[in-house]
Amino acid sequence: MLEVRDVHLSFGGIKALQGVGFAAKAGEITGVIGPNGAGKTSLFNAISGFYQPDRGQVLFDGADITGLSPDRRAELGIARTFQNIALFRGMTVLDNIKLGGHTRLRTGLWSALGYFGPARREELELRREIEEKVIDFLEIDHIRKYPITILPYGLQKRVELGRALAMQPRVLLLDEPVAGMNREETADMARFILDVQEQFGTTILLVEHDMHMVMDICSRIVVLNFGQQIASGTPAEVSGDPDVIEAYLGAAA
Amino acid sequence: MITGDLKATYAADERVLNNSYKQAFVVAMAALCALMPLIANDYIILVASQMGIMLIAVVGVNVVIGYTGLLSLGHAAFMAIGAYSIPILHRLMDNAGLPDGVMPFIAIPGAIAISAIVGIIVGLPSLRVKGLYLAVATLSANFIIIFLIELEALAPWTGGLVGLNTPDANILGWQLDTQREMFALIAALAFLTILTVQNLFRTRVGRAFIAIRERDYSAEILGISLFRYKLMSFAISAACCGLAGALFAYFYARILPEQFELALSLQLVAALIVGGMGRTMGPVFGVMVIVMVPEVLKFTFGMVAGGAAEVAQLRAPVQEIIFGLLIIFFLMFEPLGINQLVDRGIRALNRWPFARG
Repeated sequence: MLEVRDVHLSFGGIKALQGVGFAAKAGEITGVIGPNGAGKTSLFNAISGFYQPDRGQVLFDGADITGLSPDRRAELGIARTFQNIALFRGMTVLDNIKLGGHTRLRTGLWSALGYFGPARREELELRREIEEKVIDFLEIDHIRKYPITILPYGLQKRVELGRALAMQPRVLLLDEPVAGMNREETADMARFILDVQEQFGTTILLVEHDMHMVMDICSRIVVLNFGQQIASGTPAEVSGDPDVIEAYLGAAA
Repeated sequence: MITGDLKATYAADERVLNNSYKQAFVVAMAALCALMPLIANDYIILVASQMGIMLIAVVGVNVVIGYTGLLSLGHAAFMAIGAYSIPILHRLMDNAGLPDGVMPFIAIPGAIAISAIVGIIVGLPSLRVKGLYLAVATLSANFIIIFLIELEALAPWTGGLVGLNTPDANILGWQLDTQREMFALIAALAFLTILTVQNLFRTRVGRAFIAIRERDYSAEILGISLFRYKLMSFAISAACCGLAGALFAYFYARILPEQFELALSLQLVAALIVGGMGRTMGPVFGVMVIVMVPEVLKFTFGMVAGGAAEVAQLRAPVQEIIFGLLIIFFLMFEPLGINQLVDRGIRALNRWPFARG
């Protein structure tokens, strides 16, 4: 589904990614873990198109998308959330989620200026679909008219997931979906992620520091350290790997 | 949250005039505009027409500054393009032998289209720079366009420094040669402009603009092409200013390049800040204030000085000072403008007498 092949990325002297390569299988949850500064977010930025890798390729459905801009990749069906929530703060929850539907809508400038007719039909259809498939699904109907600024952190994370879901993506990149959450919020979010995978069959790529969650919900895990891929495999394989243990806990004395 | 705001269908929830205050306000304004040509005196018609022209332009400025978050200080130039397009297009059509009655139907859309194209060109720097740098880039566009209009080589077409006489609008034989008749046209087009621009923000196009204002990289990740939508925003904005300029040309007997200099651009931005950026009604409130300030000043100076020249010449600087103070006041104390004050008033009214604020 989504494949990263031998990606190299550097900023001046800093080698952020050195030959990272793995494939996220369709319909599975793949975790990307590693200590701080390992290159996880850089990898996400390379996949979603903000960074251009120096070498290597990003493939989506077998096609090379390395040269495409972020908005073109979004049109293909790659959605993402950000580590430090990137919602549109001045807008309501509903408007934020509606923006997720942007690539699926067809209204152009002229019909938008007229509104009544095709644009109105499309807007009402979008509203119904969002209410049923996103707002109900994520249990955020009580806050749909609230501006983002007044929402607590956990709900903002959920709204950001909602915005990504409104894109009806084929691949969903989640950058630390439960960072800073308490145990209850984490459990809720894990449940929503599993529901997304189950109900929509979305392929999910997940960066996370919460090891319990990663081990519980991911079917495959890729481990990065200092930009290098040091292991990949099932949770059981990875957690027994001596390199991974060393990266996380330091070498045995 | 407004109390009693209960809806049974999504369509009802998506309506723009979703409460009785908004409905009453729009009906009252429409009725006022319709009655005005019949009952108002010449002075009120003149001021109201100025407001109407300014309003159309500020609605345009709102699209690019208020909704898309791109600071532009060059919008007077788009008005100039729209205004100068009218006499020039009329002259071309005269040469082609077209009847007077159809000319506005070609000249007005023509002026809008030319302004939109210039808007796209002026908007190009927005793809690379933001904020203050973009303001400076658009500012210089303003100077360049005025420079071109004043250029000796183009004077046969633009009239150079001394300006151009402008034709009257003739709509299918109805010669709009009084300000009263022009006001009817201006009011109708002002309503139409607000309505169509408001429609934009109920669809993906307008939402994309707001997304760019709020967080451009997030907009990109949702599949919004910054290239496409930033330029579209500039085009729509310039088109509105072009329409305002076209009406300006029809309304006055003569246009001069100095009318479209930086001062006008700043006035447009001031009206937007005072009224409320990124809100439909912002330009309406803002324009009322900005057009009324000089009129009130004229009135007070007339009363105080009674015609003494030494006092009268203070009026222009005093007016600039008041504009400046208004901008500072609103930026510091109410950045969302009069629109926000009105909203707050309506909310208080809704809760009264059970709660305050």
